[in-house]
Amino acid sequence: MTVTAQQSNQPTQQYNYAYLDEQTKRMIRRAILKALAIPGYQVPFGSREMPVPYGWGTGGIQVTAAIIGPDDVFKCIDQGADDTTNAVSIRQFFAKVADVATTEATSEATIVQSRHRIPEKTLKQGQILVLQVPQPEPLRGLEARETETRAMHAYEEYGVKYVSLYQSIAAHGRITTGAGYPAMVNQRYLMTPSPIPKFDNPKINQSDAIMLFGAGREKRIYAVPPHTDVRSLDFEDYPFEIQSWEEICALCGSEDSYLDEVVLDDEGNRMFVCSDTHHCSVRRDAGHAGPLAGHALATAQEAAE
Amino acid sequence: MNALAQQNALAQQVAPAPLLSVTGLSKRFGNVAACSDVSFDLYPGEVLGIVGESGSGKTTLLNCISGRMAPDAGEVAFATRRFGLSDIYSLSEPDRRRMQREEWGFVHQNARDGLRMRATASANVAEPLMNMGGRHYGKMRAETEKWFNRVELDPSRLDGQPRLFSGGMQQRVQIARNLIHRPRLVFMDEPTGGLDVSVQARLLDLMRELVRDLNLAVVLVTHDMAVARLMADRLLVMKQGKVVETGLTDQVLDDPQQPYTQLLVSSVLQI
Repeated sequence: MTVTAQQSNQPTQQYNYAYLDEQTKRMIRRAILKALAIPGYQVPFGSREMPVPYGWGTGGIQVTAAIIGPDDVFKCIDQGADDTTNAVSIRQFFAKVADVATTEATSEATIVQSRHRIPEKTLKQGQILVLQVPQPEPLRGLEARETETRAMHAYEEYGVKYVSLYQSIAAHGRITTGAGYPAMVNQRYLMTPSPIPKFDNPKINQSDAIMLFGAGREKRIYAVPPHTDVRSLDFEDYPFEIQSWEEICALCGSEDSYLDEVVLDDEGNRMFVCSDTHHCSVRRDAGHAGPLAGHALATAQEAAE
Repeated sequence: MNALAQQNALAQQVAPAPLLSVTGLSKRFGNVAACSDVSFDLYPGEVLGIVGESGSGKTTLLNCISGRMAPDAGEVAFATRRFGLSDIYSLSEPDRRRMQREEWGFVHQNARDGLRMRATASANVAEPLMNMGGRHYGKMRAETEKWFNRVELDPSRLDGQPRLFSGGMQQRVQIARNLIHRPRLVFMDEPTGGLDVSVQARLLDLMRELVRDLNLAVVLVTHDMAVARLMADRLLVMKQGKVVETGLTDQVLDDPQQPYTQLLVSSVLQI
């Protein structure tokens, strides 16, 4: 191909729709279908280099790119927030390369890509949640050999996973694992639900939506199809519990959402606010108010929106 | 009970079925015959010592009969709970792994090979219970404490890291971990190697007591004649991959018949 002087200043080619080429998307779709057919099983796939570093959601972006279409409405959150750097960058990326509408409203989105949270609003049929996973192997901390962990999954040898729970109770009197809490999918495969807080684990159980998990660096995709049993591991005398707070959300007064602690000054003042920013702003718009409603943090957030 | 049944019961007591039956086992590494044509039976409650110098094939034999390395020829039959007496290498891999986990124990020479060094001592001891399906923390904790006392470990070190333990203590943790799930057969590879003499003596004493109490069958590999004398009921003397002499421990050690065994026994240092 000859390049004229005029063309040399222009981008020589357009990216393919949704950034990845069609063969790659086809390969990822096949991995996703296999993952959906065997709930909780980690399907290896040929992860590609993405225009972001590992750890920034390369797995999630590839899964989203493989399933997204022009009619989709895309939402991206990072730790529950729509307005953090990572979430904004990925949202803009797909608005640009896949020409999709974006939203912050959970109920309007058809694809929600998330880093480490599941939105407070219950996902419904027709929605797909894509989670970014740093380490897909729940047994890795206890068994370093990949050949061995594969055999352990194949033969359902999951007794060893209880060792970490046992140690936690021995040391602290309760199970302290807060994020990435291991869960059995469909009574068969042990899964780490990416580092979402265990508060969100019950939301995966019997969900109406499709849950896809993509690990770019580790080159694995796994999935929980709708209406699948997902049971968090526990002991008979130490049943599974989710986090709870004595406080309510300082801005919207929510009593049942996952709260983040925000340090306000160096005199020990702090506030607890909803981690899911969209959930919080909807509640505030509906007239709910917490003890610190109208705080500078809330108004700054609204100004940014 | 009629006379015939009584006789039968007596016969059963006199000659129980073997727990482990090895026939014609051979293993080669290239042109080195690590084990050739080894056969023996092991009965419940019996301690079998395998002695010989370095490179005589003791460890290869142990690896082959404990399901860690498939032999080139021969059969290793174990009286499994689920399938009866069957060749362990003819079981499917998940069945064999389950049998190894539930019915066997393996005490390594180096405790670091047999323990999860990142987990606490009590978690290490309780792990076999969890592998067997234990899901009640309180019960498993109580059992772990019981075993800590049994192997004479200080219960205040229950939640200590094994890497901070002395060699003797690590070995005790490993022994507790391999006995807590009530295996029927335990393999031991130089269990007291690398420990100083006084610790060795106490550990041997403890192991002897546990083996008798639990009526365990043990395959003990050692190059230490004193350990063999103290622990083993029967000895298998190996040289260059072959069994050169076998018999009751006292018989073999007090009246060795083969030149190699005589050499082995006479080379034990006396103070």
